[in-house]
Amino acid sequence: MFTIILYVLAAGLLTISFLKDRKKTKIALKKAWKSFENILPQLLSILIIIGIMLALLTPETISKLIGQQSGWFGMLIAGVVGSVTLIPGFVAFPLAAALLNGGAGFMQIAVFISTLMMVGIVTITLEIKYFGKKAAIVRNGLAFVFSFAVAIVIGVVLA
Amino acid sequence: MKNFMKRYRLFIGLAVINILLIAVFPDIGLKSVNITWSNTLEMLSVIPPIFILLGLLDVWVQRDTMIRLMGEKSGIVGALIAFLLGSAAAGPLYAAFPVAGVLLKKGSKFSNVLVFIGAWSTTKIPLLLFETSSMGWRFTLVRFLINIPGIALIAYTTEKLLNKNEKALIYEKAGTMD
Repeated sequence: MFTIILYVLAAGLLTISFLKDRKKTKIALKKAWKSFENILPQLLSILIIIGIMLALLTPETISKLIGQQSGWFGMLIAGVVGSVTLIPGFVAFPLAAALLNGGAGFMQIAVFISTLMMVGIVTITLEIKYFGKKAAIVRNGLAFVFSFAVAIVIGVVLA
Repeated sequence: MKNFMKRYRLFIGLAVINILLIAVFPDIGLKSVNITWSNTLEMLSVIPPIFILLGLLDVWVQRDTMIRLMGEKSGIVGALIAFLLGSAAAGPLYAAFPVAGVLLKKGSKFSNVLVFIGAWSTTKIPLLLFETSSMGWRFTLVRFLINIPGIALIAYTTEKLLNKNEKALIYEKAGTMD
């Protein structure tokens, strides 16, 4: 749905841009392509890494890793698994719901979801390209720690 | 050609690993190829409008305008714009970095760009809808509410920890990335 909105928005603005200034529009499209081509090598690598990783780390394996474990150790494992994997939201949330039903705690699931979204070990080379090493490492590190704060709040509120 | 090999060597190496994987552990190797393929298709379906919007942003939005909206002196309004921009996005986090690059190039404050990244990563509206349907509205709401200060905290702390030179280098790099 949102992808469709984005397409409509992009097409609409592109048309307006074209009517206003053809030359600028051409430059814009060239820039769009160049920015894409610029990250393409990393992007392709990321896609293969995710493929291999998810072939090894199946939902069943992830369930085993964070399903049975509880307490701080379980949270730590959930955080590490969440940081190194990159799963699209429409796969991740049903998986998280299934893990909850399978006996995992709210806090472990909250750490898993938060790190999954905010911490990206696989994408860090790409992030470094734009933000530099230090900023990228600091941002990911803080996001990792913050994920535990989220989990504690969720544990307190929903318990 | 030499440049091409250099840029794509990691990808080529990984592709070789995957092929070896198919030879040694066929089910894992083939499964990996399947996942990679479906992720690639997904990427190709979400990414084009993001990059077209990025191109239009780069060409049409003047540096002055961007500095006024999201620059050093944009204050809370700048952070709010960054937050809304990131939340309205669709698509994986890796697509956010090139957009962040353009925002930096046009003179956005670094912490605002980090707020944008934070929002894109975790408070995206399409993602919240998914989250509500599988985790329930209470879980989603609590996470959303704590994420707002969290995103700001991460953004400002990260900016504070960088010195002037490091920041200047980031902007310089963004300026040359065309």
